[in-house]
Amino acid sequence: MANNNHAAPAPVGGNLVNAVTLSCFVLIALMAAILVVRFLFGLGAVTALNDGYPWGIWIAVDVVIGSALACGGFSVAMLVYIFNKGEYHPLVRPALLASLFGYTLAGAGVMFDLGRWWNVWNMFWPGSINPTSVMFEVAVCITLYIVVMWIEFSPVVLEQMGRHDAKKKVGKAMFFIIALGTVLPMMHQSSLGTLLVVMGGQVHPLWQTPVLPLLYLLSAIFMGYAVVLFESCLTSTAYRRKIEMHMLTPMAKIMLGILATFVVVRLGDVVVRGALPKAFVPSVQALMFWLEMACFIAPLILIGAESNRRNPAKLFLAGVLLMLGGALMRLDGFLIGYETGGDFNYFPTLAEVLVTAGMFAVEVLGYIIITRRFPVLPREEAIH
Amino acid sequence: MGTRRDFLKGVLAGGAAATAGAVATPVRARETRPRPPEALGLLYDATLCVGCKACVAACKEANHNPPEFSTVDHLWDTPLDTSGYTFNLIKMYRNGTMDAKDQETNGYAFMKTSCMHCGDPSCVSACPVSAMTKDPVTGVVGYNPDKCIGCRYCVAACPFGIPKYQYDSPTGRIGKCELCRHRHKDGHYSACAEVCPTGATLFGRTEDLLAEAKRRLAMKPGERNRFPRGRLRPAQEKMLQGKEDGKGAKMRLGWRHEPDQSYETPAGKYLQHVYGEKEYGGTQVLKLSAVNFEKVGMPKLPPDAAAALSETIQHTLYGNLVMPFAVLGAMTWVAKRNVKPDDDESDKGGS
Repeated sequence: MANNNHAAPAPVGGNLVNAVTLSCFVLIALMAAILVVRFLFGLGAVTALNDGYPWGIWIAVDVVIGSALACGGFSVAMLVYIFNKGEYHPLVRPALLASLFGYTLAGAGVMFDLGRWWNVWNMFWPGSINPTSVMFEVAVCITLYIVVMWIEFSPVVLEQMGRHDAKKKVGKAMFFIIALGTVLPMMHQSSLGTLLVVMGGQVHPLWQTPVLPLLYLLSAIFMGYAVVLFESCLTSTAYRRKIEMHMLTPMAKIMLGILATFVVVRLGDVVVRGALPKAFVPSVQALMFWLEMACFIAPLILIGAESNRRNPAKLFLAGVLLMLGGALMRLDGFLIGYETGGDFNYFPTLAEVLVTAGMFAVEVLGYIIITRRFPVLPREEAIH
Repeated sequence: MGTRRDFLKGVLAGGAAATAGAVATPVRARETRPRPPEALGLLYDATLCVGCKACVAACKEANHNPPEFSTVDHLWDTPLDTSGYTFNLIKMYRNGTMDAKDQETNGYAFMKTSCMHCGDPSCVSACPVSAMTKDPVTGVVGYNPDKCIGCRYCVAACPFGIPKYQYDSPTGRIGKCELCRHRHKDGHYSACAEVCPTGATLFGRTEDLLAEAKRRLAMKPGERNRFPRGRLRPAQEKMLQGKEDGKGAKMRLGWRHEPDQSYETPAGKYLQHVYGEKEYGGTQVLKLSAVNFEKVGMPKLPPDAAAALSETIQHTLYGNLVMPFAVLGAMTWVAKRNVKPDDDESDKGGS
């Protein structure tokens, strides 16, 4: 793999203070203010959560969707190290960085939502754990994966600090860390789907199925590639760099293969379980189902042909559609298709939305600071 | 080398590992668990209920819960639903002119809302930190706030919408009926059953309660029959009373002595359905009604618990961690070949 000649990663450099970073800072400050109120006065003071909808966007968006969108690192690492596709190597560091942020923040975001956060150590205490709980498995795997990703990313930091001996030591164990870094996301991304199974009939039949783990795993993988497409195009535009089409075009083909498998499983499952008629009942749920399906099927048409996969705009659009489709499927399962009976309603408050926005702002700000100061993106004569 | 051959090797190794894992872990379906033989519970008979709400007040007192107001004057405890501070509530079904009790059209009826103490509870399966547990002997589903992390997965999982969270507090707890297990050691049983003036809420062993429910379903509507109140005493209780040493027996027989409170009244027009006998594999709280159960707020549930399916999936994928370790082994083997030790991130390629 080392014989693939790529430009070595290097800091992008440039100014850290600009319109984007300042906006991020404002959003983060607002989030901090809201969180102070939340921790002093309880969840009810800032959220619209209720006993019919005990989980809102902090779980469905920040954790379930956020971690799936952070699967770029996992998807690309699997391609490069497991399937030995060294030509994709320059994509690893930027994808890993985005994943690192996505997951670390999803982990932090859970703490905002936990009503009795000071007891969280019970999640890892042998006398308290409940191995039959899907959430236990998700929590342990995500925690381990965050640690694993920081180790995977550590050479970047050590390199910048000039600690070459330490970097070499980490390098020796890297093959195992990378293996762990593929198994752990497979486990918890599938289990994020399994979380819904115990809710039984409260989840609409279009989203309640025993194949949830497979659907969530496959969609997390293609969402990972979709995010890489999205980020590569965005980074190239923002930093005025060349778009890495020679990598993105063939990667999109792999993404479509997984997407096609997913679509077959998704539709096959709905038909086999006899839930298809529910998709034709005039309801918000049926509308959402078709919207979701449109997001999955459109990319197959849009970039199905090789020539279309060489078009950066089409790749970008396909990436966005798949991110949206995967996100919708999760939002539908956890919120729109969830119905506990009774007169419960949930629509996120402005405060909840601002906290979610603040979390994304932390990710964007972190990504900008680190790519500008640490060797993440391939070296290139950047124009500033 | 990023060749097609290596790519295929990766695919094969991954596939082989997954297959090995799948073969090594035989799919052991986790059957829905029945209630424990000595399970305790309640029998709520909607036809006997007069809607006095003495049980609601007694529950508040027994659990030290504050009143909740829904009227402008804030004079009485008037909760509209169970909540983190209201574990038991009598709800009313109304239709049309409300002419007669226990009549579906132009009538009204009552229904008790509180924890059903499922044989195979979703909340217990969902709880990641064992804060929600099911007593192996009594089957009571209890809550431990000292372990609870407040994730509210139990709230989302319960098909009856029973565990509720205190959203108004920075240290909010989950609130739910625990069958007054904290009063059992003093010989007291569930406060709602203790105070019920008509025996609409009856406490006892679920098996005895089920037999009592079936006895009632066999009655001719309107015919005068004897109905127990408070605690349903099993026929053999007297015989076992002397045995103070047996642990399980003492637990069950340690109830305070009460005079017989049974009385005679006409039997209701029961639907031939003991709610909770089969729902989700069986619950420890059973219900009788004259009005369709779904209409009075009890969900239609399959005979298998969702927890059984959820745990079957988890055990199949993660049983003894066989599959994860098999996949990890294969991934390590492949990664070891593809990641050169001195080339950690292999970024030196171009430099």
